[in-house]
Amino acid sequence: MQNVLVLRIIFGLLAAVIAVFSVMAVCTRRILHAATYLLFVLFATAGLYFFLNYSFLGAVQLLVYAGGVIILYVFSILLTNTDREEPLPLFSLRRWLALLATVGGVALAGFLLLSNVWPQTELPVDAEIGMKQIGHTLMGTQKGQYLLPFEVMSVLLLACMVGALVIGRKRS
Amino acid sequence: MFDFSVVTTWIDEGLRGIMPASGAIAIECVLIGVLLLAVYAVFALVLILAERKVCAAFQCRLGPNRVGPWGSIQTVADMVKIITKEIISIRHVDSFLHNLAPFLVIIASLLAFSCIPFAKGLQILDFNVGILFMVAASSIGIVGILLAGWSSNNKFSLIGAMRSGAQMISYELSIGLSIMTIVVLSGTMQISELVESQNDLWFIFKGHIPACIAFVVYLIAGTAETNRGPFDLPEAESELTAGYHTEYSGMHFGFYYVAEFVNMFIVAAIATTVFLGGWMPLHIPGLDAFNQAMDYIPSLVWFLAKSVVMVFVIMWFKWTFPRLRIDQLIRLEWKYLLPLNLVNLIVMVLIVALGWHF
Repeated sequence: MQNVLVLRIIFGLLAAVIAVFSVMAVCTRRILHAATYLLFVLFATAGLYFFLNYSFLGAVQLLVYAGGVIILYVFSILLTNTDREEPLPLFSLRRWLALLATVGGVALAGFLLLSNVWPQTELPVDAEIGMKQIGHTLMGTQKGQYLLPFEVMSVLLLACMVGALVIGRKRS
Repeated sequence: MFDFSVVTTWIDEGLRGIMPASGAIAIECVLIGVLLLAVYAVFALVLILAERKVCAAFQCRLGPNRVGPWGSIQTVADMVKIITKEIISIRHVDSFLHNLAPFLVIIASLLAFSCIPFAKGLQILDFNVGILFMVAASSIGIVGILLAGWSSNNKFSLIGAMRSGAQMISYELSIGLSIMTIVVLSGTMQISELVESQNDLWFIFKGHIPACIAFVVYLIAGTAETNRGPFDLPEAESELTAGYHTEYSGMHFGFYYVAEFVNMFIVAAIATTVFLGGWMPLHIPGLDAFNQAMDYIPSLVWFLAKSVVMVFVIMWFKWTFPRLRIDQLIRLEWKYLLPLNLVNLIVMVLIVALGWHF
């Protein structure tokens, strides 16, 4: 039973880090601080994957999100540099709409959580999923395998690259 | 050949005998953490001394020769000095990010360091995607460098950080792809299995031509990834004073300095593990007597000897080649190394599919 307690404590720590830094990332006024807090959130998420014994996803989370996406965020913040604050009116249509969307989103997420996930608590399985199994699932064409979504994602990335080239090319 | 896991299992069983499992794990975590930091610091001291001696030899000087025999405890004295130095707080900097950045760099370096298999059974982190985790962990350091450059409120720092970020992102692709070439050959990403499967022959011989190309590309990209010469333009003194760590003082600067040197060792250690057999002795199929003789040399000696040779080659680069310009550096990666690497990967896949390797 003591083992279960230790696992609960680790999970609680990771969850607290995710929750606290998510809120801080949204609340801070400095944009680079927000990116740093987001980095901490992504670290803790990777920690959750390692905690679940899914080390492949944890490593990919570190590589793609912490090592890739955050660096691109920081890069674009450094290149654009818009840390100046524009005073916004306290009440405006945009703010009311944002409030509405937030309340709606929280209600939806809360409903889904409470109706599906909340009552069940499962301990992580000890078995590691093999790299070969992940590879076959990702590259297979049978039912429950993911070749088509994988390729669609690559088309999306290609579109992003073409867009970046169009924006970034020199116009004579 | 002595297996270090005998020692670790003995400690583990001893601890579990006198306390519950979770307490034993907690104590082991603390022990490993302290040991890791100590080994990290010792490696950094030895490497800094080695760098100064090698540099002196290349420039026909003697190098440090006053403190201790042949100047051998010079870096210990330097360490004491830098620890007692004041960390100057600068006005108009973003102090949160400024103080956080060195720790991100050192944590990334430590995480990668803890994956290294030093000897048979002497490895801290080992799981089924170990080599991928190692590459992922070392990529976190770039965030630290970018944040350092931004938060210093200094144009030199900012330009240095941008250069460094661009350089490390670019060369990370080459590192990943050249390691991927060997992963294709071996069929595993677990570091211990990578070493075990070089029991009959090291991968650089097993995969012959594509493995050699991948090895050379890895060495170039690894040197660039650690911001060392001839790719040290993020901190080129003549242009940028000291690049992204211009504004850092005391031990905060020391963290960057130490991380840079240990990162060089990590690059050498990955080259050793992935291409040159790690701690595995030189085994040639068919020559049983020779293999038996090689087994008498301890695995730790094999690993350290190969790594020292690789570290020497990387130092040799630094004191031989002139520094590249930023556009030449980026062009080298994106126009030459990356296409070469992709073609090389396909060649390796073909060779493995057709069974043309040893």
